[in-house]
Parts: sequence; structure tokens; C-alpha cells
Amino acid sequence: MITFKLNGRDVSIDVPEDTPLLWALRDDLDLTGTKFGCGVGQCGACTVLVGGRATRSCITPMSSIEGADITTIEGLDPQGQHPVQEAWRDIQVPQCGYCQSGQIMQAVSLLRDYPDPTDEEIDGVMGGSLCRCMTYVRIRKAIKKAAAALRAQTSGKETTHG
Amino acid sequence: MGAGVGVIKRFLAGAAAVGTVAGVGFLYYAWYPALPPVAPPAAGTFSPEQIERGRIVAAEGYCAECHTRTDGTPGPELAGDYRMETPFGAIHSSNITPDVETGIGSWSEAAFKRAMRLGVSREGEHLIPAFPYDHFTKMTDQDLSDLYAFLMTRPAVHLAIRPNELPFPLSLRIMQAGWKLMFFTPGAYKPDPSHDALWNRGAYLAEGNAHCGACHTPRNAMGAEKKSAQYDGAVVDNWIAPPLNAHNPTPTTWTEDELFQYLRFGVAPLHGPAGGPMSPVPHRFLSTVPEEDVHAIAHYYADIDHAAERSKHDAAALALAMEQSRAGLTGPNPDPDAKLYQGACAACHYNAAPSPILGRPDLALNNALWLDEPTNLFQVMLHGLSAEEGQSGVAMPSFYNALSDADMARIAAYLRRTRTTLPPWTDLEKKAAAVRSTVQSVPVNSSH
Repeated sequence: MITFKLNGRDVSIDVPEDTPLLWALRDDLDLTGTKFGCGVGQCGACTVLVGGRATRSCITPMSSIEGADITTIEGLDPQGQHPVQEAWRDIQVPQCGYCQSGQIMQAVSLLRDYPDPTDEEIDGVMGGSLCRCMTYVRIRKAIKKAAAALRAQTSGKETTHG
Repeated sequence: MGAGVGVIKRFLAGAAAVGTVAGVGFLYYAWYPALPPVAPPAAGTFSPEQIERGRIVAAEGYCAECHTRTDGTPGPELAGDYRMETPFGAIHSSNITPDVETGIGSWSEAAFKRAMRLGVSREGEHLIPAFPYDHFTKMTDQDLSDLYAFLMTRPAVHLAIRPNELPFPLSLRIMQAGWKLMFFTPGAYKPDPSHDALWNRGAYLAEGNAHCGACHTPRNAMGAEKKSAQYDGAVVDNWIAPPLNAHNPTPTTWTEDELFQYLRFGVAPLHGPAGGPMSPVPHRFLSTVPEEDVHAIAHYYADIDHAAERSKHDAAALALAMEQSRAGLTGPNPDPDAKLYQGACAACHYNAAPSPILGRPDLALNNALWLDEPTNLFQVMLHGLSAEEGQSGVAMPSFYNALSDADMARIAAYLRRTRTTLPPWTDLEKKAAAVRSTVQSVPVNSSH
């Protein structure tokens, strides 16, 4: 039995501990917003937040998330109105849309670390999140728009630079 | 001719006499009496305060780590049967719960203290020095009494341990007496008056109960810590326990604060998380003891690794690392190794100036890239880190199925080339395969 927090709720699930987190999310917990892409941690489609940090769920075993706090695309905001999601819609980022939940989760994590990201910081962090439709230009634009919205929300708070 | 035979005879007789005296002397040295069994202390023998002090002593000595079975069916805490693979053969640790038949329930406090100080069991047998009595001998009488109180008030677990697998003649307990004669100096820690109380407290804990040298000091062919190479680092359980002295290769210094963060919380902002066999040290043990003891150990090692002198170079080292962290990740890059790193690693390990973000361990600053061998880098790639290891609540995936030995070799070579100033590692693909072969159960299985 593995116990963790999922989108703010306590969850216990009885699966073999070497099961990938993505399998448990999609097949056992019916959260299908997180997508299966390459299955080897090289494309970013399966990205969720573990302890607030973007994590490839397809190669993260359930044994590793005992007691952890997991957020999926479904838990980002109750109304789907997280500033990154709003920017995504405003700028019409997705084309086929398959990578977007992973892109959004990675972008949320990026903006916690770099609230006012340069192009280089966006490339550095987002470079592992692939988009076959090549919407990268709009992804970058949406990240900057969301960053501005988030900064307006949280102005005055300190950054996470350690 | 006759005179010659006489000389030889006299020599042989003399040698035999010396040999006999030495042999008798050795037996006298080696022989310890069995101490009489006692009834386990009755409930209420020890005060709650003493038991709590003993809990702290037990935590600072990591007793439960090596006295709890982890292979096969995990065993009850402190009931022993932990399997330790040594170069001499596998051995299994003792049950140190107060069970009379299989544990230390019949051990008097005197017998317990003799075991800790001299490595001799209640029955008078020499203990194998995998039990680090060469460190525990430095402990104070009070700490040993408190530890006894703690252990004797744990639940008694009836659990017989598996026999050791040492070959003859190492299986003879008297052989351990010979080891002691050569390598063991009994005696409590003596404070060094040239240092302050914090340093001495740190030294007392580090050299004694916490037995850091047991993993971080290389051992000789007889399994004894090499005093001339104290804290030079060593291979333990297929990981490298890095040097704790001035030989530690990381570009930024293990300062007192970095050491404290690492030992208390499992992650040092400028060095990264504790992984592998080190992970329980902060998470299971040192996070549960008085903070000032962890400060003391950090203070001591900051002196041992010459932090005051070395940290003058930290600002420059940090600036360089931040520059290296970007290498190959932005703009067009034809380097296929950089692309591989970008896909698998950079989303979490990229950092921008001025300093790494907590949760983004910067590989340019991490021991794993700067050690003589890529062992720890490969271990972490294959296992990942659970939310209970390293930085609490954060996980690194397992790349066991995601990266081939060749991929791991390419990433390792790329990182060493772009993020250190050291010569390249050799035979990387073979070494990746070798580390992979030590993984006992594949961490993640996508065929469920």
C-alpha cells in the first residue's frame, strides 16, 4: 500500500511498488490529463509535480513517492484557471494538444524557480519537453505572459534563489 | 659439523621458547571470560530521561541501520540479521533487542560495555570488526549506560540470525584477537585542549559513536581503516563514500553550514542531496537528534576539510559552475551528447546565475562528477532518488530502463568534459554495465 497526497487529497493505493506513477494516475486513479509519450523520460508529456517539482511520471516508481505531495494538471487549479493555463488558452498554444499538460506542468515549475525567465532560462528548463507540432514560439510567449500575471499576483514576495 | 648442529639446535630451542612464550602471551591477551548471564532489567529500571538520552545515542550511532534485516523479508528494527557483504565473506549482524535467547536480553550492563569498548561478546568471543568497536571504544561511560537503557527497553524480538559465511580460518573467533593486536587501540576519546568545546563534541561524535570513518576511510587488506589515509574516501556497498578531508574534490567548499544542511536535512544547497547508503544518516537518524550535535559534527568536518582556507575560492567556483550549467543547452547545438543530456536531465538540473536553486542539484558542483570514478553518478541515474531520500518530498526518476549503458556513458563523458576540469573517465560503458549489475531489483517496471 502506497500513501501519498494527490491534488490535495490523501490517497492510498495498492499497486506493485515498481509500477510507474503514470500508470497509477491514469489507470488506477482515472486522471487521464497526464499523457504517455515516450515512456523513457525523454519527451516530458508525462510531467507532474512531485513536491512542487516537475517530474517525469513514466519512469518514477510508486515506491519513490511514498508520502509525497503530487499535483497533476487536474489539480493545478479547481477551475482550470491557473495563470499558465489562462495564458495557454489566450495565446492558443496547443495544436494537437498531446504534450500540453506536460508542458504546462513544466512551465509552472519553471516559473517558481525563475519568476521572470529569460529566453535562455526557458530553453534550459523547457528543452526536455518536446512538441511535435513545433508550437515552441507560442509556448515561450505564453510562459512570458503567465510570468507577468504571476508576478502581478505575488509582487513583493521573494524569489526562490538560494 | 657437530658444533654447527648444536648451533642450529640451540637456535631452534630458543625459537620454540620464544614462540611458546608469545603463544601463551597471545592466548592470555586473546582470552576473555564469559560474563554471567543476568535476567533482563525489570520494567522501571531506567528513567524515561535516561531512555530518551539513549535513543539519541542510538540514533547518532545508526544502530538500527546495520542491526535490521533489509534483504529478503525486512526484519524488525534492531533484531539484527542485516547481511553485510565484506571482501572476506558475508556476515550477519547481531540481534540487539533484549530477547534472552537470540538477542542481548541476558547481557549485563558490564557485558554490554565490554562489547562496545573491546569488541568481546558476553560469552567471551571476539566480535568481528564490521561491528565498529574501534570507534565505539571512544564513547563515554554515560553514553554507553544510556544506550544500554534504550536497547534493554525495546521490544524483545525472538529472531535467530543466519550464520556468517567467513571461510576458515577467518571463521575462528580467535583470529579476531590477532586483528585487534595489530589494528585496535582501545580507550575513550580524549578532548583536544587546542580546540573549543564544539569542535571536541564534534570530534567525539564523529570519531566515536557516529563512526564516519567506517565508510569514509579506506581499509587495508585486513579490513582495518588505514590511519594514514583517514577520510580519503572509500567504496562501500557499490557506492563511493567521498573524501571528508582536504581531498574532497567538489569545487565549492563543504562549509560548516553546507555540512549541517546535508547532515540534518539530507540536502546541501551547493552540493546536492544525500543518496544511496548515506541517505538514512540524515533522514532516519540525524534529523531526530539535538540540533547542536549535528552542528558539532559539521563544525568538526569543516575543520578537517580546511573549509576556512578553501572557501575563499567559492565565489569564483560558483560563477564558473553556473556558466558550465548552461553548456550546450541553449541555442543551436550540434553536440548529440548535449542533446541527450537536455532530453533526460536538464529540465531538473539546469541552473542560471547567480546560484543553484534548491531542488535543482547542480551537477557541476556535485561530488558525483568530481570523484575518480563515475560510480555514484551511475548509481543515481539507475536508482533515482525517492521522496524519502535526498531532498525530502522530491523524487528523481529511475533511468534504469530509459538509458542504455552506452547512453549513460555518453552523458557521463559529456558532463565530465563540460562541467569539470578533470581528465576524462575511461571505460565508461563497461563501468555503467558493472554498476547496473549491482542493482538488485529493477526500480521501475513499465510492463505492469
